[in-house]
Amino acid sequence: MKKHLLSAADLTRGDALLVLRTAEELRSLADRPIKKLPALRGRTIVNLFFEDSTRTRISFEAAAKRLSADVINFSAKGSSLSKGESLKDTALTLEAMGADAVVVRHWASGAPHLLANAGWSRSSVINAGDGTHEHPTQALLDAFTMWRHLTADPGQGLDGRRVAIVGDILHSRVARSNALLLNTLGAEVTLVAPPTLLPYGVESWPVETSYDLDAVLPKSDVVMMLRVQKERMNLSGGGFFPTVREYSRRYGLDSRRMAQLQDHTIVMHPGPMNRGMEITADVADSKRSVIVEQVTNGVAVRMAVLYLLLGGNESAIGGARAEAGTEPSIPTTDGADA
Amino acid sequence: MTSYLIKGAAPLGAGPVDILVEDGVLRSIVAAGTASADGAEVVDATGLIALPGLVDLHTHLREPGREDAETVETGTQAAALGGFTAVHAMANTDPVADTAGVVEQVWRLGREAGHCDVFPVGAVTVGLAGERLAELGAMADSAARVRVFSDDGRCVADPVLMRRALEYVRAFDGLVAQHAQEPRLTEEAQMNEGELSGRLGLRGWPAVAEEAIIARDCLLAAHVGSRLHVCHLSTAGSVEIVRWAKARSRAEGGWEVTAEVCPHHLLLTDELAATYDPIYKVNPPLRTSADVEALRAGLADGTIDAVATDHAPHPHEDKDCEWQAAAFGMLGLETALSVVQQTMVDTGLLDWAGVAERMSHAPARIGRLDGHGRALAEGEPANLVLYDPGVRRTVDPAEGASLSRNTPYAGMELPGRVVATFLRGRPTVIDGKQS
Repeated sequence: MKKHLLSAADLTRGDALLVLRTAEELRSLADRPIKKLPALRGRTIVNLFFEDSTRTRISFEAAAKRLSADVINFSAKGSSLSKGESLKDTALTLEAMGADAVVVRHWASGAPHLLANAGWSRSSVINAGDGTHEHPTQALLDAFTMWRHLTADPGQGLDGRRVAIVGDILHSRVARSNALLLNTLGAEVTLVAPPTLLPYGVESWPVETSYDLDAVLPKSDVVMMLRVQKERMNLSGGGFFPTVREYSRRYGLDSRRMAQLQDHTIVMHPGPMNRGMEITADVADSKRSVIVEQVTNGVAVRMAVLYLLLGGNESAIGGARAEAGTEPSIPTTDGADA
Repeated sequence: MTSYLIKGAAPLGAGPVDILVEDGVLRSIVAAGTASADGAEVVDATGLIALPGLVDLHTHLREPGREDAETVETGTQAAALGGFTAVHAMANTDPVADTAGVVEQVWRLGREAGHCDVFPVGAVTVGLAGERLAELGAMADSAARVRVFSDDGRCVADPVLMRRALEYVRAFDGLVAQHAQEPRLTEEAQMNEGELSGRLGLRGWPAVAEEAIIARDCLLAAHVGSRLHVCHLSTAGSVEIVRWAKARSRAEGGWEVTAEVCPHHLLLTDELAATYDPIYKVNPPLRTSADVEALRAGLADGTIDAVATDHAPHPHEDKDCEWQAAAFGMLGLETALSVVQQTMVDTGLLDWAGVAERMSHAPARIGRLDGHGRALAEGEPANLVLYDPGVRRTVDPAEGASLSRNTPYAGMELPGRVVATFLRGRPTVIDGKQS
């Protein structure tokens, strides 16, 4: 793996499968009474959040703590209008504190890229969502969830599996990262949205697109619904669709549409949901829904990413450096530190 | 006043001559090796090309208001080092150059600095707000003799206001220079809208937002019989529209459209945005290589009349940040001629006479400047630049005269070097350095 995880495109198929297998090993930890490993003891991981996101932050925090890393949470609020603390000064501060990894969430597309490449810091940078660009760990946890449900063989990717991603693709970093990663893993992705909510130039992405949800549902193995902000229908918010009702009718997943799905098809949502808008409550709470499991898997995947970026080549509990290209084995003895 | 004998210079790249500069004019131009110094200071210009002093239609000098980014003093030093003898200072200062007082202040600062003539551009609308006309007549009648009016940085988007401005400036042979950008189509726009903007998650600035305004303005200029100048063309479609409008105005007469292109749009493409380094953030944005080709072709065939730098200095902190938070704009004065050599001359699209036309004669005509953009002929004002096209240099932002360092060419090797610039017979640059 590279030093940073900035984009889902940074991951080769081998990298992605390694993360999934590592996450699978780590996930078993969630079922134990003591959920902690010593793998990253003494390492410092900073959660640097320029944009509110309780879910992603606590997921990374839980992941880091279960690997015994020291975690510093740093919220630096600001918007494109009021810049707040500069990214550069924050990065210099964190560098001075000796952060090993910086998990960054930012309102500006490309901010993690800048943090990794501007020479301000030597830390590994993990993109926890940047603007309308990417959210690679979300894509990994989504792929992991699909993989656990649809693939029995841990050596396999998601080859030939059909994934429909439905909703506000234009503004979605989740969709961008998923399109890249799922393509790497061999899945066939169809983006479903009104034409106004598909990005300009989407024809060049490695995906199919459709404006017709009903036509796509029966052949999908996975249906991933994206959050659609109500404000997007106002002219000041872009005027992307006429009304919430019309959006729900054409692109919402309700029980009538759910009935068209194949038996094995799962329903996903990265959260937070607008129940009644893109997804109805009965679908969200149905047996097909793996939405809560996505949250659990998120911690395992983020543990795997942190482990592989920070400790993957050297065992944190005294093992020799692993050979390049070989899979690290994860020390499973409990460090039981304070 | 010291006289200068420039020996062996090649005017517009033609055969070498000796040029005697005396009392601010080109006193004599004779075959190389035939002039005697007679007490004049000798400048060895062997191997150098002589061009008329360059004229920039589009410079941001930032004074008054943003003296941390540039001043009239430093900006005109940069201009002289780039071979310019005249620059048009854009109106988006603080306070805005929308009154006779501000344009006279800028004009006076330029005179006092003395590195190159400064012709202030007046704002079209009060405070660049796009709501009502500024006192254009007062600026035209002021000591600054403003002829070019622009809300540059903002578009005069209201069609009625644009029509009135085009009509009103006819009274003093003025010109409206439009920053063509449909505001609603470009809200929070960050880079060229294309496949790459979608992938990078940066809000797109679609070509149509420029082209729609240019088309509208050309039709307005035709309708009311005025002169329109289009700033910084950046798309292939814009070139097509201007080409069409010029054909129509030639056939009809009575109205005119001119256009400019920036050096960076002749060389750089939107692919650079993938670095997320805001040094490449500029408005209008860097476009595709197809646009670059069309702009070069348009400049070569005369559809685009002039090269203008859009020199836009910004302090370091406004570029050392997230792309979305960064300011739009890049430096241009000190690299313009080199970029034009690389993109137009070395590619065979323009000869040096063509460069003189696009960077001196045409912009001087458009701005109605009498003393600039003249031929290199005996008796003409001695505004000229001596340029060595045979050397290559690596751009070092720290070497520039500009107070700011936001050049997109840092570390890039470019051809050519300005060796000397003369403003009315006085060297402002000699041996490539401030004189």
